[in-house]
Amino acid sequence: MDGEELTEHETALYDRQIRVWGADAQRRLSKSHILVSGLKGTVVEFCKNIVLAGVGSVTLNDDRLVTEELLSANFLIPLDENVYAGKTLAELCCDSLKDFNPMVRVSVEKGALSNFGVDFFDKFDVVVVSCCSLSTKKSVNEKCRKLSKRMAFYTVDCRDNCGEIFVDLQNYIYSKKKDDETFQCHLDYPSFVEAIAVPWKSLPRRVSKLYLAMRVMEKYEELEGRVPGETSAADLLNVQKLRKELCEAHSVSESQIPDSILQRLLEGRQEFPPVCAIIGGILGQEVIKAISGKGDPLKNFFFFDAMDGKGIIEDISEQKAQG
Amino acid sequence: MASEQHLSAIKGAKVLMVGAGGIGCELLKTLALSGFKDIHIIDMDTIEVSNLNRQFLFRQSHVGESKAKVARDAVLKFRPDISITPYHANVKDPEFNVDFFKQFNVILNGLDNLDARRHVNRLCLAAGVPLIESGTTGFLGQVTVHVKGRTECYECQTKPAPKTYPVCTISSTPSKFVHCIVWAKDLLFAKLFGDKNQQNDLNVRSSNVSSSSQQTEDVFERQIDEDIEQYGRRLYDHVFGYNIELALSNEETWRHRNRPRPIYVKDIIPTELIHENGDLDKDSIIGDSSVSAMATLGLKNPQDLWSLKENSKLFFEALKLFFLKREKEIGNLIFDKDDQLAVEFVTAAANIRASSFGIPLHSLFEAKGIAGNIVHAVATTNAIIAGLIVIEAIKVLQNNVKDYRMTYCLEHPSKKMLLMPVEPFEPNKSCYVCSETPLTLEINTHHSKLRDLVEKIVKAKLGMNLPLIMHGSVLLYEVGDDLEENEVANYAANLEKVLSELPSPITGGTILTVEDLQQELKCSINIKHREQFDEEKEPDGMILFGWTQALAVEKNYNGASTSQATSLNTEEDEELQFIPTQIGKKRKLSDNFITASSDNSCIPKETKIKRKADEVDCNNGNSDYGREKMEQ
Ligand SMILES: [Zn+2]
Repeated sequence: MDGEELTEHETALYDRQIRVWGADAQRRLSKSHILVSGLKGTVVEFCKNIVLAGVGSVTLNDDRLVTEELLSANFLIPLDENVYAGKTLAELCCDSLKDFNPMVRVSVEKGALSNFGVDFFDKFDVVVVSCCSLSTKKSVNEKCRKLSKRMAFYTVDCRDNCGEIFVDLQNYIYSKKKDDETFQCHLDYPSFVEAIAVPWKSLPRRVSKLYLAMRVMEKYEELEGRVPGETSAADLLNVQKLRKELCEAHSVSESQIPDSILQRLLEGRQEFPPVCAIIGGILGQEVIKAISGKGDPLKNFFFFDAMDGKGIIEDISEQKAQG
Repeated sequence: MASEQHLSAIKGAKVLMVGAGGIGCELLKTLALSGFKDIHIIDMDTIEVSNLNRQFLFRQSHVGESKAKVARDAVLKFRPDISITPYHANVKDPEFNVDFFKQFNVILNGLDNLDARRHVNRLCLAAGVPLIESGTTGFLGQVTVHVKGRTECYECQTKPAPKTYPVCTISSTPSKFVHCIVWAKDLLFAKLFGDKNQQNDLNVRSSNVSSSSQQTEDVFERQIDEDIEQYGRRLYDHVFGYNIELALSNEETWRHRNRPRPIYVKDIIPTELIHENGDLDKDSIIGDSSVSAMATLGLKNPQDLWSLKENSKLFFEALKLFFLKREKEIGNLIFDKDDQLAVEFVTAAANIRASSFGIPLHSLFEAKGIAGNIVHAVATTNAIIAGLIVIEAIKVLQNNVKDYRMTYCLEHPSKKMLLMPVEPFEPNKSCYVCSETPLTLEINTHHSKLRDLVEKIVKAKLGMNLPLIMHGSVLLYEVGDDLEENEVANYAANLEKVLSELPSPITGGTILTVEDLQQELKCSINIKHREQFDEEKEPDGMILFGWTQALAVEKNYNGASTSQATSLNTEEDEELQFIPTQIGKKRKLSDNFITASSDNSCIPKETKIKRKADEVDCNNGNSDYGREKMEQ
């Protein structure tokens, strides 16, 4: 592996994880730059995980002023108005994260995510977005794809006691060892736009109901001009109407998206900390895999629902659908 | 739905966490965020540097402080209005008795060793409090729920026991690097620097050669005023040269094995070179634990693979440093993976021995992992497992029995799942812990002593902490602080007696009652006399039925970093392939129970060496070197 060796301090600090992923992976981690936008509980969990793991830098983007609700699943900031009043979420999280691992550079980038140009993203190896609208997800993903280098792009969203991760690693090549032989593996990821355009009819019949329900919610918030997650039980009728339209357009039965799930997604504004820990943990693991090139990355959606306890990978892509 | 329905159950709950390590830190944080108001936490450990990559409540400045206390303070910063009660103590301490456990609604384990887990399981059963058990290693993890009478207890299925090695393999016929490590650590290091009164199998006794024990003992002792170099060369030639020659003289041993090569120092390092060894003066003002032979030799990277010559230099340098810088400790040293010089010495000695036996050499980083039984650990798995524990805890508090699940966290998906829930099993009706099924012990009652029974069965297999053994109404053995002097003497005398010669003789047909008052566990053992035992297959000289020990899977201890990386992958692949194929046969699933988690230890830190008191003879070797896998 190119690059300088780990210092004695790094070897001591990262001892237990080097035993998991090796020194090469640790060196790659220490040179990686990660942008994170939307700092609710799940993303805070994710930040903790990658700062502990020893990435090179983490850049935080979230200009929202801190409120008690935003802190409901946040362990980085004291639940004390005297401390948080007047400061942005990113600023406060930054101070705390720096403390976790002095070897990681943590900084704040102000501004609206959707306003950043293609060049801005060039500084990073990994982009994680959360709490943003459908159109922002799409546009940031497209900007990442315009860069000459390969970017790892993730969206993450937790509502009620379930959550979703989307992964776009573009053309991803990694090596895999089995029985003393090293294989080259190749995965071709669709963009977010391509993935959600896959006709529902062509998806496996037992595809996670959460996948479809999340698309309805996303679309609904987009049409209504809502901030993601700003919904309530009062929206149910309209959401049902949208579900009907979408299901008809895709020629699938409405029973694929039960009312019970929609209700949970509409009402569950408050984050459920155990789910934040689980989704933030899986996302952390995936980002570490993508940077280190070790281990099979998930392709391309992950769902966890505390109701049934399953953590499921769904491959939503055109080839897959046709094959 | 998340919060409202759960909230009242959470708010009124009083929970006990056992362990404030990797899982513990994550768990305490998630419990606090989820609204738990009354949390008690036990951990006997103090914070170490290698914890900081995942035990995120701790900082560099906390190194050396109590995990339980620092974790509490860290969590109160973001949730100041809750109550967290820390105990910097061993969960096996008598203050944590059944009454103590009874005050909680649920117990949450984030432990790293079988011993403490079994202890907590028994207390939970005795107190009738539900237990949520967890473990992680690398990217793998699991959470299980144990509710008395509803689901199986932690011990309904046997767990893989620590791997042990026959003494013969260690002392004369190593075939793997781990054998060389055990030799270097438990024999050579212990002989040179440990308690001189401990028995030690370092000198091979070949049936053809009987060496004067007086003579061999002297080899290991540095003579008064003996030049340290001189001593080192004498020692080196004896253990890596002469002893190998001696072993080679026993032709029978090598008929089906590769013959080892004796190594003498003159062939590796010419005399004059030893004197160029190291540069002691450069850093002569150093404290004990920071003394390093690597540093004085200018060896920088612990992940490098060193040659036989480099390892030999390291051997001499480390030996020299022990005598020059740490002479006072000699005679009392116990191997500790955090003792740099000890790790260097063991690495060097293991590599020289490996070289002699044609076994591939390993880096210090890898050798340390093997010698210290270091478990792989990452923050993400611990965070995920902690989340799953809280989800189960909430179900337990609401008494949603039908929703209880055990969940496996996998590295490679099975049926598209990375997190796989499975319905808990029913209690095992023949479990000696949670159902009172009697055990059967086959033993030679004319030959075995009560001590053998206590050590090999009651402590090692039944995991009792403070056992009491009764035959009818006669107390044969008991431990405790409140015993009279004459009782102590009486029990000590009993220990040395052969079973059939005890005051109340144990013979075939005897039913013994074995009890641990602290764990409130009582079981009956039916004794069956048996004359002969196979020394190879039944090295204990006794067999316990109704309690079947699963065969320990031999682990590859290679780190993931070097050319050996495949071993780690293979090991994990095997485990993972195992899980999905077993889904149909539910019972088997928990054969994969992870008994070592990366995180924190609530029992005293010591290397376990199971040793038979008998004189060791290679052709009749029957003592085992046990290795318990736990993070220390
Ligand atoms: Zn049981």
